[in-house]
Amino acid sequence: MDFFTLVQVLDSTLRLATPLLLACLAGLYSERAGIFDIGLEGKMLIAAFFSAGVAYTTGNVWVGMCAGIGASLVLSVIHGFASITFRGNQLISGVAINFLASGITVLVAQSWFSQGGRTPSLTGAGRFEPIVLPGALTRIRDIADANPFMQIYSELLSGHTIIVYIALLFVPLTWWLLFRTRFGLRLRAVGENPAAVDTAGISVVSLRYSAVIICGVLCGIAGAYLATGLQAGFVKEMTAGRGYIALAALIFAKWRPWSALGACLLFGFLQAVAVRFQNIRIGEFTIPVQFMEALPYILTVVILAGFIGKAIPPKAGGEPYVKER
Amino acid sequence: MDKMPKWADAFLVPLFSLVLAAVLSAIVIVAIGEDPIAAFKLMVDGALMRSSGWGYTLYYATNFMFTGLAVSVAFHARLFNIGGEGQAMLGGLGVAIACLYVPWPHWTLALLGSATLAAAFGAAWAFIPAYLQAKRGSHIVITTIMFNYIAFSLLGYALVNVLRPPGAMDPATEKFAAATHLPTFQDMFSTAATPLFRGAPANVTFFVALAACVLVYFLIWRTRLGYEIRHFGQSPTAANYAGTNGVRIIMITMLISGGLAGMMALNTTQGEAERLILNSTENAGFIGIAVALMGRNHPFGVLLAALLFGFLYQGGAELALWTKIPRDLITVIQAFVILFTGALDNMVRMPLEKFFLMLRKSSGSKDKEAV
Repeated sequence: MDFFTLVQVLDSTLRLATPLLLACLAGLYSERAGIFDIGLEGKMLIAAFFSAGVAYTTGNVWVGMCAGIGASLVLSVIHGFASITFRGNQLISGVAINFLASGITVLVAQSWFSQGGRTPSLTGAGRFEPIVLPGALTRIRDIADANPFMQIYSELLSGHTIIVYIALLFVPLTWWLLFRTRFGLRLRAVGENPAAVDTAGISVVSLRYSAVIICGVLCGIAGAYLATGLQAGFVKEMTAGRGYIALAALIFAKWRPWSALGACLLFGFLQAVAVRFQNIRIGEFTIPVQFMEALPYILTVVILAGFIGKAIPPKAGGEPYVKER
Repeated sequence: MDKMPKWADAFLVPLFSLVLAAVLSAIVIVAIGEDPIAAFKLMVDGALMRSSGWGYTLYYATNFMFTGLAVSVAFHARLFNIGGEGQAMLGGLGVAIACLYVPWPHWTLALLGSATLAAAFGAAWAFIPAYLQAKRGSHIVITTIMFNYIAFSLLGYALVNVLRPPGAMDPATEKFAAATHLPTFQDMFSTAATPLFRGAPANVTFFVALAACVLVYFLIWRTRLGYEIRHFGQSPTAANYAGTNGVRIIMITMLISGGLAGMMALNTTQGEAERLILNSTENAGFIGIAVALMGRNHPFGVLLAALLFGFLYQGGAELALWTKIPRDLITVIQAFVILFTGALDNMVRMPLEKFFLMLRKSSGSKDKEAV
């Protein structure tokens, strides 16, 4: 494997890590506020479909993304409704949301476009176009011949869609919001000890709803990126378990933003390697592609087992808050 | 004092949830420009009006009985087993190994052997999540989700690299030997004069599923272990104080749950396909969640809910065949059922409770007047 191949794999790592990162941060807000969310997958999926569908119809990717975020928000509100207002089981609600998204997307896609549950391919302004940084080379042959620094600059850093850069910016933003603002302190407190927050005269319900809504917006962006940035259009079940990988990354990162970036890059790297090299040969031994696909999940189980540090979720996570009388 | 009579809790709440789910699904059908009443008629015609329709409905119901029982047994111990899908995939592997590598003389022995192996494989797949929950406190929901994906990769590997016959293209095993063929309903009930269940995949596994319902009933409500499971589910600390070993309960419950999910593969793999294919589970593991919630974790309720979902599944297939409504409509209905019977249970329950309290108050005041 030469240096340029490595750069290419890292480049595709960054692309594949972006939806994971956005979904992971979405889950971070929700779970830090004490609302477990296994519906990340469904929210991404519905956002992917509506952003692609609307982007195709209007020819404007930004309008598409707004529609995607809107659809994701609807599911977020349902989740909030079930788990905050009616104090239902958050896990079951998440499961329901995943099924709802998986069914609705195909149903609407079929009646809207009649293409077997997919949207037509997006072109031009219907997609997020790559941003070429100043001075970067664009032709693959030029990049391959350039010096290593130029290769890194042109292939790895330049040529991504705007969402990739936005997603990366969300990491420090999330860190700042959660650990340096009053809102963040309260949000974290409501996930650890909602009774204390309530005693201080702050509304647990509205804090949790705002966390769930932030989660919806981020999942919406993640889904829009999948369908209009990473790929050109929606296909059935296109999230392919990314919501669960994001959840795994969140546990891996122990609910911290910077570690979330690391975890998502790691899982993105695994995906990139699995995509690029089908079966990896190490001497006589061949690592099957299925093992690479399963690796994020296996890693998460190992983490959960507590062999590499213990992952402790927010204390009040999954518990509906009942005001004392 | 209970806020609601028992029968209302057992029947009215699921019924209202079902009605809500049906209304919302009808709205969805209208929204995509189809006629919900015609669609419903088509579903009934296709699933219940012909014996072959029943053959499919009962075939799907068999799957959902196993996975629904699997989820509900775990629910009794307050464990949420989302891993039914993965456990059923592993069960399929067990069935395939039993059917491919053992020369069975008769289908009854083959059924016994493959059932044992299917349950053992399913249980084995539930073992690690159970152990991690019991000993390490890692959340069983997350680990079972992860195990679903790992199971899919494992099955893919096994089919592509190990079990696929040489020269074959698609990832599947070769056809099982004729001796392992399970009698279908057509074999059992059809005569030359009155052909019944023609071409339908329902088979003898249906009766195994019925037996499983009865056994689970006795296990949960008539044995010491079942009592301990329910006790542990209601209050782990009280169960611990009463001398129940929590680790043991979690392990045993999850092994039973995984075994039940694994046995689903008897129906799909040995009963229908007669070879192991990649997506033989067809999401039945997940539908088990809806079935268990709808059936209120009672084996009889699970049976009814499984029949309902069997009808929906077969009806949905008919819809996809004759109209422009894709089969995914069933996924939407399933989502609504899970949402209303599971997560939004309080939304349905609270108004009903109020209604019954009101009834009681008004009848109470009448009693006073009479005195």
